[in-house]
Amino acid sequence: MDAFLLQVLNGLDKGGAYALIALGLTLVFGTLGVVNFAHGALFMLGAFCAVTLQSLLTLERVTLDPEKLTAWGTPMEIRTPYIVEWFGDFGMTLIDWSVPLAILLAVPIMLLLGVVMERGLIRHFYKRLHADQILVTFGLAIVVQEIVKAQFGANPIPQPAPALFAGSADIGLWLGFAENAVVYPWWRIIYLLFAGVVITSVFAFLQFTTFGMVVRAGMADRETVGLLGIDIDRRFTIVFGMAAVVAGLAGVMYTPVLSPDYHMGMDFLVLSFVVVVVGGMGSLGGAVAAGFLLGILQSFASMNEVKSLLPGIDQVVIYLIAVVVLLVRPRGLFGRKGVMES
Amino acid sequence: MSKIDNSKRNFLKTSAILGVGVSAPLIFTNAHAAYRNEPKGSTVTFGFNVPQTGAYADEGADELRAYKLAVEHINGEGDGGMLNTFSSKALKGNGINGKKVVFVTGDTQTKSDAARASAKRMIEKDGAIMITGGSSSGVAIAVQGLCQEAGVIFMAGLTHSNDTTGKDKRANGFRHFFNTEMTGAALAPVLKNNYGTDRVAYHLTADYTWGYSQEGSIRKYTEAMGWKTAQAVNTPVGAGDFSQYITPVLNSGADVLVLNHYGKDMVNSLTQAVQFGLRDKQVNGKDFTIVVPLYSRLMAAGAGENVKGIFGSTNWHWSLQDAGSQAFVKSFGKAYGFPPSQAAHTTYCQALLYADACQRAGTFKPSEVGKSLAGFKFDGLGNGPTEYRADDHQCFKDVLVVKGKENPSSKFDVLEVVEVTPRAQVEYEASMLGGNLGPYNNG
Repeated sequence: MDAFLLQVLNGLDKGGAYALIALGLTLVFGTLGVVNFAHGALFMLGAFCAVTLQSLLTLERVTLDPEKLTAWGTPMEIRTPYIVEWFGDFGMTLIDWSVPLAILLAVPIMLLLGVVMERGLIRHFYKRLHADQILVTFGLAIVVQEIVKAQFGANPIPQPAPALFAGSADIGLWLGFAENAVVYPWWRIIYLLFAGVVITSVFAFLQFTTFGMVVRAGMADRETVGLLGIDIDRRFTIVFGMAAVVAGLAGVMYTPVLSPDYHMGMDFLVLSFVVVVVGGMGSLGGAVAAGFLLGILQSFASMNEVKSLLPGIDQVVIYLIAVVVLLVRPRGLFGRKGVMES
Repeated sequence: MSKIDNSKRNFLKTSAILGVGVSAPLIFTNAHAAYRNEPKGSTVTFGFNVPQTGAYADEGADELRAYKLAVEHINGEGDGGMLNTFSSKALKGNGINGKKVVFVTGDTQTKSDAARASAKRMIEKDGAIMITGGSSSGVAIAVQGLCQEAGVIFMAGLTHSNDTTGKDKRANGFRHFFNTEMTGAALAPVLKNNYGTDRVAYHLTADYTWGYSQEGSIRKYTEAMGWKTAQAVNTPVGAGDFSQYITPVLNSGADVLVLNHYGKDMVNSLTQAVQFGLRDKQVNGKDFTIVVPLYSRLMAAGAGENVKGIFGSTNWHWSLQDAGSQAFVKSFGKAYGFPPSQAAHTTYCQALLYADACQRAGTFKPSEVGKSLAGFKFDGLGNGPTEYRADDHQCFKDVLVVKGKENPSSKFDVLEVVEVTPRAQVEYEASMLGGNLGPYNNG
């Protein structure tokens, strides 16, 4: 039972990341009809907002110690972060909390990047074939990756969670299990809650605001909304920015789980597309549900008991499910009629 | 008519016999006979095949820095680095056999097919006399096979699988780096001293040739000293999130987690294992512990504080105090502003060892260079007395057991050497790992 519960938690946690990325992908597809292969790069750029903030907070004053030499004969450097010099313990606290603080940096940056990306490149491909859209956005993703690699290198860069959340929670005790039977890292629990809050916020925004209502109307019938005198293109541009923010926030908060490197977006991109397809192209609820569903199934497929029966199943389970869903229900679990159907 | 034909046949036969008779001594005895990419001008070209893109690009960049330094030193530029401490004094700092060394580079991308393509291009288009480099066993084995077919020498870079000089060894291939068998033999006694003989290990293993090799060696030596293996689970390369593989460890009854992962996978699996509280856990009345059999200082930095106190092994470390290591660190540090990695060290050594072998052989012909390297005993290159064993073209030398440093003094000061395991303790019979060198190929 404890192993079962742990895998459910793993699946929910993993599913949270899948759902957040897939939600952004679906938003873009549902509004603009664009298959955005650069969406994974936005997830990665969000993660690098955390790296950038940490780098800024740890900018150091470098002084040379004339008495100590390095192994290659130059004077040893003494490095002290400016922020610690200026603010003492508070400076240390800021560095410790750099990942959550990076949210404040990521929101405007990702919004700006999203809008620039849509206005500068994507809009020129609205009326082109999906194959063209895939090619151009995939190319963009590679360019972004290489820029990040040139700036930050290829190695993963550690982004520790705040010390307060560094340990694990004994969830088992809350549920009546023995001590230490079900422990789970605090940060992963926070990530799961964070994913829930972001997903709820996006749905609430689309459901309960006038802006959201217009966007939903545009998703259903773009031309009619345009004929009513509403500048739907401008709203869709903002939606693209929102999708970039969602992907970016997913990336920022995932950095303590997965040390960011330039390739992390690509690692998630393919899985997220499978999530979108299984959920149903253009279905926001489908993307979220499929994200959690596939996350949980992937975790269960990795259990030793399952792998002993079906070796290698952990590596293919998501794709197997995608095949089955597409065979049985070609529109995906929650797909709407007419989407991607000519 | 038939008489004329007979005369023609006789003439051809006689000519052929005479031709073979005259040329045979040249073919079989003259070391200066034609061979693949024989250098004709005043230069000789090395081919540096390293990952310049992909997950190991930083390690590849460090290899390339070391190669450039080696070329400088061979050509008599710079401070001479480890040429000053190398026991062989054949190289005089004026190139090799009177020719200056130049180089071309290729990008392995840490993919076997891309690595073979770039090596092929350097051999066929650029006239590389020797190919060297790489950061993966899969790539090393693929490129080694290509070099054997092409008839050039391959001086392997960072490759740790037993197979490179075991079942997949080739006459034209040589490895300076250690292997998983040596890691097991060196690490097990240290684990025994620190954690005792009554332990239960759980292995997470990268699902490819190096992972299997590493798991096999660690299990062999730890089980021999009394440890039990609770479970060994293969994990996909580049899995990213290892949580679904780590959670079964929690209640498996194991009190040791062995991470047979390298590079990015090691960084992620170790970080996540620590997040799951494994390092603070008590099982079977003992402190739970984690072991990372192969460390890369360059990449261990990616795991941050999580490496503290965790044992592993490495081929070389910049903090060593012998004259060779210090000369190399000084030379590299002055050129680039930071200490070299183990990848940089092994590739620098390989370039120097190849150059020295050519100089001693008086030729670049692969079979002669190979004979010059096989069985060669040397010192002064940072690993103590070393031998390129003739039976499998594997270097035998001391192995370093390291531990994540508790109080690092800089961002480069991630590991500390806890034991230098003598060569005798890690040596094994060449036949144990199978394979057959076969004959040298001169192209």
